[in-house]
Amino acid sequence: MSDGDHRGPAAPGFDTLALHAGQSPDPTTGARATPIYQSASFVFPDSDYAAGLFNIERAGHVYSRLSNPTNAVLEERMAALDRGVGAIVTASGQAAAHLGIATLLGANDHIVSSRSLYGGTHNLLEYTLKRFGITTTFVDPRDPSAFEQAIRPNTKLLFGEIVGNPGLEVLDIPRVADVAHRHGLPLMVDATLVTPYLCQPIVLGADIVMHSATKFLSGHGIVIGGVLIDGGTFDWEGSGRFPTLTEPYDGFHNLVFAEEFGPQAFITRARKEGIRDFGACMAPMTAFQILQGLETLPLRMQKHVSNTAKVVAYLDEHPLVERVVYPGLPSHPDFELAQSLLPQGAGAVFTFSLKGGREAGRMFIESLELFSHLANIGDAKSLVIHPASTTHHRMDAASLKAAGIDEGMVRVSVGLEDAADLIADLKKALRVVERAQ
Amino acid sequence: MKTQLRNETVHFGTGSGSPAPDAPTIVFVHGAGHDATVWVMPARYFARHGLRVLAPDLPAHGRSSGEPLQSIEAMADWLAELVDQQCRAGVIMVGHSMGALVTMSFTQRHPQLVKKSALLGASAPMPVGPPLLNAAADSHHAAIDMANTWSHSTVGRLGASQMPGIHILNSGERLLERMSSGVYHADLAACNAFATPVTPAQVPTLVIAGEADQMTPAKAGVKVAHALGNSEVVILRGCGHAMLMEQPNEVLDTLADFILE
Repeated sequence: MSDGDHRGPAAPGFDTLALHAGQSPDPTTGARATPIYQSASFVFPDSDYAAGLFNIERAGHVYSRLSNPTNAVLEERMAALDRGVGAIVTASGQAAAHLGIATLLGANDHIVSSRSLYGGTHNLLEYTLKRFGITTTFVDPRDPSAFEQAIRPNTKLLFGEIVGNPGLEVLDIPRVADVAHRHGLPLMVDATLVTPYLCQPIVLGADIVMHSATKFLSGHGIVIGGVLIDGGTFDWEGSGRFPTLTEPYDGFHNLVFAEEFGPQAFITRARKEGIRDFGACMAPMTAFQILQGLETLPLRMQKHVSNTAKVVAYLDEHPLVERVVYPGLPSHPDFELAQSLLPQGAGAVFTFSLKGGREAGRMFIESLELFSHLANIGDAKSLVIHPASTTHHRMDAASLKAAGIDEGMVRVSVGLEDAADLIADLKKALRVVERAQ
Repeated sequence: MKTQLRNETVHFGTGSGSPAPDAPTIVFVHGAGHDATVWVMPARYFARHGLRVLAPDLPAHGRSSGEPLQSIEAMADWLAELVDQQCRAGVIMVGHSMGALVTMSFTQRHPQLVKKSALLGASAPMPVGPPLLNAAADSHHAAIDMANTWSHSTVGRLGASQMPGIHILNSGERLLERMSSGVYHADLAACNAFATPVTPAQVPTLVIAGEADQMTPAKAGVKVAHALGNSEVVILRGCGHAMLMEQPNEVLDTLADFILE
């Protein structure tokens, strides 16, 4: 019988999961919406039950730093949408990145990372983790062989953003994952700019995914949060490089996570150690607010992408614009790759450079009225920023150049307004720049 | 832990316990395509309560080496050798799905070794439909999709896991994807071929059935319990076949009431 003759039942679709995954009506009250369990701790019916919760014999909640029923709905929903076995929500995207790294790496370990990163992540890898003995080699995200060449005997992780910030290079996840797996290493991907609606990195070969949930997942720009998702795909025992998962853990009665938890080894260790000890947990109210945004993620991402296409097309034709960098444009070096990995759209963040450099960029940003000048992306409202002087100001000139950032570059996050109104605002600001020149 | 049996390596979970030399033994037998990790929570519970836990990966499953055994009876006899090697007679047998058939067969063929048994998601016979068998024979992912989807209730497919942050449908898929080629078909074929009549139980037996079980419907579990006679039945409301994932606390409480009474 040929492969094509077998058909499995359809799994719930993405839109259904965005609304229902992880939650059913509250059994006590019948509440249809996810309740906010604003409680630091949870009562044990008896001491044996309590011991069972602490010893991972029972499922349930002990203390809201470790887990919380509202947070658990968001965690399970994100695991469903990103095709993982489990997730942990965190105080921020940075906390999610740190939790993932700290679960696997320790002093004298090494990371190979794309050099096109959010400034905060670059700082974490380049400077902060170095103080704790974890070093990073940064490589060109467009060159999978560069990842391979940078691997050392003490390398434990490959890392990248699927769409680099702000360079917008598209990470070739299948090829970089292949490099990682051939060397017995996992690939961790920051998928903040695309969300699982546009790309599910685990399906493409990544092993761990993280998001800043502050951005498109929420959409409303009212909370800070992050999420770490375990694909359950990586063979920790086969690799032999991850003692935190394959050797007895003194901090939990010599528990060997890979032996007892199989595909859930990584996320279980992250919860039993990282979120417990580092404590960068999410507040239940924050989880509730992110869940409200997540319910409309498919609809919002469609509008983000369609608005972006219109705005990008307008700017790409404008005589004052030197270049527009967006993977959805045929002129972008990763256009073909984006068509393959991001068929529903390359997101809603792009950059462009004005003729006239830094001063033209400043004048343009200050002349906008509908776009907001602030340090965020992924809001329902359209946003702009000047990366060289804000999000990436800690990078020196060489690092800025390597990350594809020029002095006059403006980063845009396209929101959900009427595209015609956005274009009118851009046109007005460009006219101000034009008059000044 | 690991040992050698029939010149192959056998891995088994112990629930991280340190049992007394004379502690009673509880043996957990996993289902088709699964391994000992499905028992992590009850294994840890009974280990903490002083029992010696023996939760093996059957040959070619999980971390155990060898070839998959071709019949339920062969699995029962292999398990009897492992029990004989690792602990004294008078064990408590607990099996899920295919493991429930192995437990029934073990109890029939080696009654001197068993004190009590518990059957989770049981059906005898346990027919497997041609679409699933054929897909498994071709090692096609559709076999995993069928078994994993049908093993969960509607609520279970969407989530609402008791385990914080764990998505049970995706976890079930990843566990099945770990199998080597040919293992799943061997398991399913063994279930499908099992034709030994259910005879009156020689030991007290607990049957746990899931009300929403599409793989081994609750009525099939009730039928097994009636044929065994010396048994009690507990039906878990709204629960699918993957009861260790969907309702781990209810399964644990039911097992604890029966085993520690």
